Amino acid sequence: MFTVPPDLEAKMDEVITHYPVSKRSAVLPLLHLVQHHFRFIGEEAVNWVAAKLDLPPIQVLEVVTFYPGFRQTAPGKYHIRVCRTLSCAMAGSYELMESLCKSANIDRSHVDHHHPIAISADGKYSIEFAECLASCGFGPVCMVEDDFYEKVEPAKSADLLAKYQ
Amino acid sequence: MSSAAVQYLPGKEPHARERRLIFRNVDRVGYDPSIDCYLKDGGYEQLKVALKMEKIAIINEVKAAGLRGRGGAGFPTGVKWGFIPPTNTKPVYLICNADESEPGTFKDRYIMHQDPHQLVEGMAISCFAVGAKLAYIYVREEFPEAAIILEKAIAEAHSKGFLGKNILGSGFDCEIYVHRGAGAYICGEETGLIESLEGKRPYPRIKPPYFPAALGLYMCPTIVNNVESLCHVKHIIQMGGAEYAKMGTPNNTGTRILCVSGDVQKPGYYEVEVGKVTMGEVIDVLCGGLKPGRKLKAIIPGGSSAKVLRADETFKLKDGRELGILDIPMDFDTMAACGTMAGSGGVIIMDDSRSMSWVINNLNNFYAHESCGQCTPCREGSLWMKKISDRIVAGKASPDDVDTLETVANQIEGKTICAFGEACSWPTQSFIKKFRDELKGDCKPELAGRVVNGETAVAAAGLSA
Ligand SMILES: Cc1cc2nc3c(=O)[nH]c(=O)nc-3n(C[C@H](O)[C@H](O)[C@H](O)COP(=O)(O)O)c2cc1C
Ligand code: SF4
Ligand code: FES
Repeated sequence: MFTVPPDLEAKMDEVITHYPVSKRSAVLPLLHLVQHHFRFIGEEAVNWVAAKLDLPPIQVLEVVTFYPGFRQTAPGKYHIRVCRTLSCAMAGSYELMESLCKSANIDRSHVDHHHPIAISADGKYSIEFAECLASCGFGPVCMVEDDFYEKVEPAKSADLLAKYQ
Repeated sequence: MSSAAVQYLPGKEPHARERRLIFRNVDRVGYDPSIDCYLKDGGYEQLKVALKMEKIAIINEVKAAGLRGRGGAGFPTGVKWGFIPPTNTKPVYLICNADESEPGTFKDRYIMHQDPHQLVEGMAISCFAVGAKLAYIYVREEFPEAAIILEKAIAEAHSKGFLGKNILGSGFDCEIYVHRGAGAYICGEETGLIESLEGKRPYPRIKPPYFPAALGLYMCPTIVNNVESLCHVKHIIQMGGAEYAKMGTPNNTGTRILCVSGDVQKPGYYEVEVGKVTMGEVIDVLCGGLKPGRKLKAIIPGGSSAKVLRADETFKLKDGRELGILDIPMDFDTMAACGTMAGSGGVIIMDDSRSMSWVINNLNNFYAHESCGQCTPCREGSLWMKKISDRIVAGKASPDDVDTLETVANQIEGKTICAFGEACSWPTQSFIKKFRDELKGDCKPELAGRVVNGETAVAAAGLSA
């Protein structure tokens, strides 16, 4: 059963006060809190957020399905995002992606627009390409969870993963 | 203001040609994002000054300063502020656009991380000037640390009475909240941003009638400005509009942060007076030149949506100037006269090791991924452009496909709800116009997966998601 712990709900109640004109504005912040806590946003979570904000569930679901930052299924224990866009690609981000996948034992062959995330066999790591992460001068750039890394040498991908056990 | 000379971290000292106004405290020795540090350095003094001014006087200073938006369009900030209908009786909102997602742009990040109070002060002054009691900072989701730092800065400013009720006894109330996006480029477009802030999909609204200054957030007048633009407001109050306008060049005033990436020795951020350095100086002086043994091939001068410039192009301007691409001053107007734009300040340099087919394919993958899908020409066209350019780099295209690609791009521009339509067609149009022979020549199976980095083979088509 989907239950939101009281301290998380208290945080949500505080966030809702940031939007005195329309509670609907709190959809994204509430979804962030849900995803941060549960790692993904499932159907029960959508219904729960909708009820919390007095919205029809579709108005929450349509947000979850649009934004690349929201996930409907669980990623790995550590989620990695590699910048795919031009400046990073010129600096070697495709090579970084390849090397990270090799080090983490991730198969990306089934990845497509609607299923961008690939997970390692042991569930420890998941990975996806992200678009420009706004550090283009210092590529290739990637994020592991909320940690940000610049100038990541593809050859050193195993060292990066070693920090996340 | 403290008189001790500002020192910078070793290896991160500004170049002698820079003028650090907005980035004064970026990479500064001993500087941290706390309010104590900001106050020691003269922080919030301009808010005190502004609160004693007439609102219209502040707007007039911003107009006199000639400040043009640093988010992409270069629209005069003071003029935008003046678009709030004079008869308005609804609440007014201010939104800081901190979505920073135009490929090639990396500047707002450092302001928020290292000098958040400069932004908070700039916003408080701007809120007062336009009469906004509620403001939001829309931060892209991929800046989690910036969101935390900004929330802390806002709380600190609150506790010192620079935000909240009756700020510094002026009778003016103002609250600022941080709102996080969720990884969509289109949230940088101001009306898409507003929809997102209303808790919806970020589908841009059509203009007219939905100009934010008239019908914005919750259908109320809303001013949307970029992070860097709002920081400039603080300095305009400090210097006075006329004095500020002496920086830069006529109609292209102040400083701006150039973000240089790609094939140069020292990529990075450089704050310069607008129009006071040329493209050639950006490469050779600020960035230490190209990589050894390489020749310049192409430059995208203002974020990925700006039209590409080819190294051997020359321009005859209406005012009589004849410029090669290295002679172009980094300003708004000359850039536009040369058929491209200064945009967001993101300069991407490409040398002769780069395949233009591979570059445009990378960008087309970006735009296909980021189209919001509301307008058929953009939704379908961006995907077609990706598919055709995927085919070119995969060695599965015929030379005629390059012409088809161009036709598709031509059918998007001008036929969409928002400027993403232009943003996604300009790269393809300009790359084909300027590198047609190369693109057509690449339509051969034996060139598939070609070398792009000099040493590394990149399977661009196969790996893209
Ligand atoms: C597709 C698209 C993406 C944009 N992305 C950004 C962005 O990431 N940051 C930004 O400040 N402005 C962005 N803009 C420009 C905004 O719509 C708006 O013009 C700007 O925030 C206004 O602020 P300024 O006048 O201070 O530049 C984008 C525009 C378009 C059409
Ligand atoms: S032009 Fe593209 S991004 Fe803009 S509203 Fe239309 S479909 Fe969406
Ligand atoms: S292209 Fe990777 S951070 Fe911008």
